[in-house]
Amino acid sequence: MHTFPYLSLLVLVPLIGAAIVGAIAKPAQAVAQKLGLGVAVLELGLGVALLVAFKRTGDFQFTSVHPWASSLGISWNLGVDGISLFLVAMTLLVVPIVLLGAQVKEHGAAFAAWVLVLEGAAVASFLSLDLMLFFIAFELTLVPSYFLIIRFGYERRNYAAVKFFVMTFLGSAFLLVGILVLAFKHQSQTGVLTFSLEALRHTNLSGGMGVWLSLAFLAAFAVKAPLFPLHTWSPTTYREAPTGGSMVLSAVLAKLGTYGILRFNLTLFPHASKVLAPLVLTLATIGILYGAIVASAQSDMKRLVAYSSLAQVGFIVLGTFTFTTVGLTGAVTMMVNHGIITAAFFMLIGWIAERRGGWDTGLLRGLQKPAPVLAGVFTLVMLASIGLPGLNGFVGEFLVLLGTFATHRWWGVTATFGVVVAAIYWLWNYQQVFHGKADAENAETPDLTRNERLIIAPLLVLIVFLGVFPKFMLDRIEPAVAKEVAAVVATESTSPSGTTLHSIAPSATRGGVQ
Amino acid sequence: MLHLTSLIVAFPLFSGLLLIALGNKVREPLAGWIATLAVALSFVTTVLVFTGVLGQKDGAPSTQHVFDWINVGGFHANLSLTADPLSITMCLFVTGISALIHLYSIGYMHGETYFRKFFIYLNLFVASMLLLVLGSNLLVTFLGWEGVGVCSYWLVSYYFDKDAAASAGKKAFIYNRLADVGFLLGTFLLWSQLHTITYSEMDFGSLSGLTATMAVLAFLFAAAGKSAQIPLFNWLPDAMEGPTPVSALIHAATMVTAGVYLLCRLHGLVHLSSTGQWVICGVGVATAFVAATIATSQTDIKKGLAFSTVSQIGYMVLAVGTGDYVAAMFLMVAHAFFKALLFLGSGSVIHALNGEQEMNRMGGLRKVLPWTYGTFLIGWLAIIGVPPFAGFWAKGSVLDAVFGKSPWLWALGLLTALLTAYYMSRLFYLTFTGQARFTEDGPNGEPGVAHPHESPWTMRLPLVILAVCSAFGGLLGLPFVHSFGLGKFLDPVFGTDLVTPTSSTTQQFVLSIADALVAIAGLSIAWVLWKGRSERPELTPKFLQQVWYWDNLYDNVLGKPGTKLAEYAAIGDALVLDGAVDGTAHAVRGLSSKLRAIHNGQVRSYSVGIVVGMVALLLYFLVVVA
Repeated sequence: MHTFPYLSLLVLVPLIGAAIVGAIAKPAQAVAQKLGLGVAVLELGLGVALLVAFKRTGDFQFTSVHPWASSLGISWNLGVDGISLFLVAMTLLVVPIVLLGAQVKEHGAAFAAWVLVLEGAAVASFLSLDLMLFFIAFELTLVPSYFLIIRFGYERRNYAAVKFFVMTFLGSAFLLVGILVLAFKHQSQTGVLTFSLEALRHTNLSGGMGVWLSLAFLAAFAVKAPLFPLHTWSPTTYREAPTGGSMVLSAVLAKLGTYGILRFNLTLFPHASKVLAPLVLTLATIGILYGAIVASAQSDMKRLVAYSSLAQVGFIVLGTFTFTTVGLTGAVTMMVNHGIITAAFFMLIGWIAERRGGWDTGLLRGLQKPAPVLAGVFTLVMLASIGLPGLNGFVGEFLVLLGTFATHRWWGVTATFGVVVAAIYWLWNYQQVFHGKADAENAETPDLTRNERLIIAPLLVLIVFLGVFPKFMLDRIEPAVAKEVAAVVATESTSPSGTTLHSIAPSATRGGVQ
Repeated sequence: MLHLTSLIVAFPLFSGLLLIALGNKVREPLAGWIATLAVALSFVTTVLVFTGVLGQKDGAPSTQHVFDWINVGGFHANLSLTADPLSITMCLFVTGISALIHLYSIGYMHGETYFRKFFIYLNLFVASMLLLVLGSNLLVTFLGWEGVGVCSYWLVSYYFDKDAAASAGKKAFIYNRLADVGFLLGTFLLWSQLHTITYSEMDFGSLSGLTATMAVLAFLFAAAGKSAQIPLFNWLPDAMEGPTPVSALIHAATMVTAGVYLLCRLHGLVHLSSTGQWVICGVGVATAFVAATIATSQTDIKKGLAFSTVSQIGYMVLAVGTGDYVAAMFLMVAHAFFKALLFLGSGSVIHALNGEQEMNRMGGLRKVLPWTYGTFLIGWLAIIGVPPFAGFWAKGSVLDAVFGKSPWLWALGLLTALLTAYYMSRLFYLTFTGQARFTEDGPNGEPGVAHPHESPWTMRLPLVILAVCSAFGGLLGLPFVHSFGLGKFLDPVFGTDLVTPTSSTTQQFVLSIADALVAIAGLSIAWVLWKGRSERPELTPKFLQQVWYWDNLYDNVLGKPGTKLAEYAAIGDALVLDGAVDGTAHAVRGLSSKLRAIHNGQVRSYSVGIVVGMVALLLYFLVVVA
C-alpha cells in the first residue's frame, strides 16, 4: 500500500495535466478548460487520500528517491511530514476553487494551464528533500506567476509582473549560491556531491560561514514570504494580479517563503538561526505592527489584504524563531490557515469587483442590505483573520504568541498589540463597505449566487472546523515540529566554538517550554 | 444532575445554529419563540445542575470534558466546563434574565426587518456568555469572552444603515480587543510560570510577588474593557445604539459583569498581590464616582442608565479589591435584576413613544403606562438603596467591606451612593412625573405621540418578574444570617481568600443606617431640584454631558495621531521602501540602456534568459569552484 507513489503523482499530475490543457487550448478551448478543472479535482482527491494514509509520526513518509542527474548530485527526492502535509493539502484545495470561482473571461484554458503549472511547482517545492530539486521547483513557480499576472492582470500588470519577477529572482540568486556553496563544502568534507537535505544537514560549518549561508537562504525566503522590509512587491502584485492569481500567490506562493525558512534555515543552520534570531524576530515584529498600521490607511481592499498578510507572515516567522514546539506548531498552523483565509478574502473581493466594477472602499457602501449573504461570509472570514477564538485564525496566532512570550518576552508583548490593530483596520473596512445606507448603485448589488456560495463553502467550513477542532492538524504537525525543535536545541551543546555572536543569542528554552 | 452541565450551553448554541440553518423560512414570531424556548430550557437545566452542586460535598467543582481543543507541546486547553457554586450562580441569573429578555424581545422587536437575525445573535450571545462562565480554563473563558464581544458588536450595529450604530459597534469591539491584550498577556504570563491555565490546577502560591502583580494588572485591564471601567469605559454609552433589550441583557445584566467574574474566578491570584488589590480598588471607586457624576447630566434615558451601569460595576470592582468577592457577586446578581428591569422599563417607554429617548420629551407617563411605572418604581427604589429592596442589602454589603479596607474609600463610595440616589431619582421624575411633554412635536420636528400604549404581555411579564426579584433579591444576602444565602453557597469557592468585614454588629448597623439616609437624601434633593422641571442647564454642565471630555482626549491623543501615523506610514511605504526598489531598478535600466536590444518585451525571451542564466551559474560553480 505504501508503495503507491503518492508524492510523485502529486507533482506530476498537475504538470502533465497542464501540458495537455495547454496543447489542446487552441483547438478546444472549452474542453481544455474543463479538463484543467478535472485535473485539479483529481489532484485534490490524491491529496485527500494522502491525508488519510498519513501516519502521525515525525518522520518523512511516502518518500520517493530516484537518481536523477546523479553526476550533478541531484536526485528526485520527495517526502512528506507534518510540516508539509497541510501546506500541500491547502494548495490542492485552493486550486480547484480558483478554477471554479475566479475564471477569467478569455483564454480560460491558458489560465487553467498556468495555474496547474504553478500547483505542480508549489507542491514539488513543499515535498522536495533535495535542495537542487527544491530550487528548480521554487524557481519554476515564477514562470506561471509571471504569466498569470501579465496576461490576466489589471492596468499596471506589466509593472507589477516585472517587479515581482525581479525582486523574487534576485532573492533566489542568493539562494542558489548558498545551496551550491553548502553542497561543495559538504563535498570537500565527505567527497560526495549531493543536494540531499538529510546529508547536507550534517555539514560541518564554522559559525561565520553558517551565518552567511543562512542569510543567503533567508534572502530568497524573506522576499517570497514577504518579510519586512522586502515586502514592497506584494501590494502592487496582489493588486494587479487577477483574482485567481492573487489567491494562489498569497495563499500558496508566499508560504514557500515561510516554509523555506522553517524547513531549510532551521534544519541546515540551527546554530546560525539562533544567532540571527534577534534580528529576524525584530523584523517580524516590526512587520506585524507596520503591516497592520499601513493596512489601516488603505482604501484599496486588495492592498489592504496584502498589508494584512505582511502582518500575518510576521507572526509566522515570529513563531518559527522561538524554536519551541508551541511556537513552531503555531507557525505551521498559521501558514495553512492564513492560506485559507486570504484565498477567501481575494475570492470575495473578486466577486465584489465583478458586481461593482472595483474594490476601492470609496466605491462601495451599505452592501449588507442588498447582499446579506456576501456580508455574512465576509464577516466570518474577517473574524477569522482578526483571530477570533473558535475560528481557524486564532489557533496559530495564539500558539505563536504563547511561544514567543515564553522565550522572548518583549517581542511577544509587542507583537500581541498587533491583534488590536487588525481589529481596527478590518472593522473600519467592513463599516465602509457593508454598513451605512447604500446609494442607488450599491443598492442594486446582487447577493452571492448559489454557485458562488457552493464554491466558497469549503473554505468557510474549514475556517470553522479548524478553529473548533484544530486537533486534527495539531496532532499531525506536532511530531514533525518536535523533531525539528529537538535538533535545533541539541546544537546548543555541539555548536561550533569561536563565534562571537553566540553571546547575544537568547536562551531558547527559558521557562521549560519544549 | 451535574452531567447536564454541557446542555446549559448546548441549548442556546444549537438554537442559534438552527435559526441560521432554517434561513428565511422561519419568520416572526416563530424565530423568537424558538430562541426563547431554548434559553428557558437552558435555565431549567441550570436549576437541575444547581441542585447537583448543592449536593456536592464542600461545593467541590465538577468538570465535564467536552472535547480536546488545543494541546501542543505541554500546553493544554481542552473544551471543558466546570460547575461550581461560582459558575452556577452566574449561570442561574444569566439564563434566567436572558430567558425573560428573549420573551420581552418578541414584543419589542415586532415588525423589525431582521427579526430572525436578532434572535440568532441573542442566542449565540447567551451561549458565549455561558461558555465564558463555565469554562474550566482561561482559554475557554477567552472563547466565551470573545464570543460575547462579537455578538455585542453585531447587536450594537444592529441598525447598521445608521452610521452612529455602525460606529458604536466598531468602537465597542475595538475597546474590547484592546483589553484582550491584557487577557492574552495575563494568560501567557501564568502559563509560562505555572505551565497550566486550568483554574483547578493553577497553584498561584509559587508566583513571585512581582509576577502576581503583573498578572493581576493584566487581567484588570482585560476586565476594564469588558466591564467598562476606567480607562476603557467610554464604549458603553455609545453601545446604547443597540436595541433596548440588548442594552438590558448585554450592557447591563450579563456581559459587562464578565470582568468582575474573571477577577472573582482568579481570586487566588488577586489575593496574592496587595498592590494589585489597591489598584483594583482605585479603578473601581474612580469609575463608580466619575460615571455617577456623568449620569447626573444625561438627557437620554438610556445613556443615563448606561453610566449608572458603569458606576455600579465600579462598586463591584471595588468590592473585589477589598477581597470580599461574595459582596461583589451579591451586588452583581442584585444589579442584574434591577438594572435589567430599569432598561426593559425604559424600553417599554421608548416603545410607547415611538422611539423617543430624550427625557425632556417624556414626563407624566405614570398614568399612561401603569405597569411600566409600577415596576420601574421598584427598580428605582432598589438601585438607590432604599430598604428593604435588593440594592440596599447588596450595596450595603459592598460598603461594609470597603469600610474595613479604608474609611476614605468608604466615604467616596458613600458620596457616590448619594449621587446615585440623586441621578436615578431625577431620571425617574423626568420620565414618569410632572407634565406630559411627549404630546407636542419635538424641537427637531419629531411628531408628538397623542396616546401612548402600554406594552404587550410579552413585555410586561418580564417586567413584573424582575420587579419581584428586585424587591426580594436582598434575601440572598441578609446580614447576620449565615445559615443560608449567597455567602454560604459561595464560601467553598473562595475559602481563605475571602476577606469578610471585620466591623462589629453596632458598626454594621450604623453603616446601614447611613446607607439608607443617603438614599433618602438623594431622592429628596432630586425632588426639590427637579420637581416640575425638565431642564436645568446649570445642573447639567457641559463638562459632565461631554463625559469629562474623555472621548475628546482619546481622540486627540490616540485617534487623530494614530490616523496620521497610518497615513504617513502608507505614504512612506510607497515612497521610501518601494521607491528604493524602483529607484534601483531605474538605475540599473539606465546603465543597461545599451543592452536594450535584449529587453525586447518578449516574455519568452525573458524566460529563456532565466533558464540560460541558471544553467550558466550552475556550470560556473561546477567547473570553477568544484
